[in-house]
Amino acid sequence: MPSYLPIVILGAIALGFGVFVLAASHIIGRPRPDARKLSTYECGMPPVGTARERFPIKFYLVCMLFILFDVETAFFYPWALVMDTLGIYGLMAMGTFFLVLAVGFVYEWKVGAMDW
Amino acid sequence: MTAADYVFWVFATATVVSGAVVVFARSLIYSAFALLFTFFGVAGLYVLLGADFLAATQLLIYVGGILVLLLFGVMLTHRIYDLKLRTEKTQLGPGLIVAAGIFIIFANAALITEWPTVGREPAPTTKEIGRLFLGEYLLAFEAASVLLLVALIGAAMIVRRKKDA
Repeated sequence: MPSYLPIVILGAIALGFGVFVLAASHIIGRPRPDARKLSTYECGMPPVGTARERFPIKFYLVCMLFILFDVETAFFYPWALVMDTLGIYGLMAMGTFFLVLAVGFVYEWKVGAMDW
Repeated sequence: MTAADYVFWVFATATVVSGAVVVFARSLIYSAFALLFTFFGVAGLYVLLGADFLAATQLLIYVGGILVLLLFGVMLTHRIYDLKLRTEKTQLGPGLIVAAGIFIIFANAALITEWPTVGREPAPTTKEIGRLFLGEYLLAFEAASVLLLVALIGAAMIVRRKKDA
């Protein structure tokens, strides 16, 4: 079994940093809230209406595309570990895999799925 | 108990408890967020079983992708925040019977099976998977790309506006 200690350490640091920042701000900070500070965005656009409404379907498409390319990325990991031993053959095999998905990418582009 | 046993119980408890929250939460959005910990717990169990590639894929695709998709699914649905999901008491009896039946089958299978033990730490799997993907199972590997292509085109077709169709 590979050593997972680095991942545990990374997770501990990430968690520890979050806890530290929140605790430090809680202990050291002197909150002086006013209406502007408590608004959703202290600077930038004032929020219009409620956030609890339906989202455009476009978000869903972007999310689905993300998952599909995410799955593609998952296939790259095993390939990346053996590419040095497989050489040009491995590159060709992965190239075919990539090319098929590139067709899909170009199709999405042409059909306007990425236009907002 | 060894350290691995403790880690197993932490992940198993997280999986089961968050799974229960997924089922029993009143609001759908709470269920979706509880599913995050279920997926994470399952990834941890994969790690303990020595399935490192599966664990990484679980995190990458389920936690990173499917869950976001589910959250969008919730947010795309009209007035879902106000929708209160109540446990259907009418389904309680049949549900319990089915659940108990599945539990008995699974528990029996787990107890009867002679689980092979290698007596050593399992080796990392990712490299071996890569070797098999690009060797013995190359056709299946390339077929996966076609499957993804079909899904890509299907997603675009479904979401396309009516006037483009």
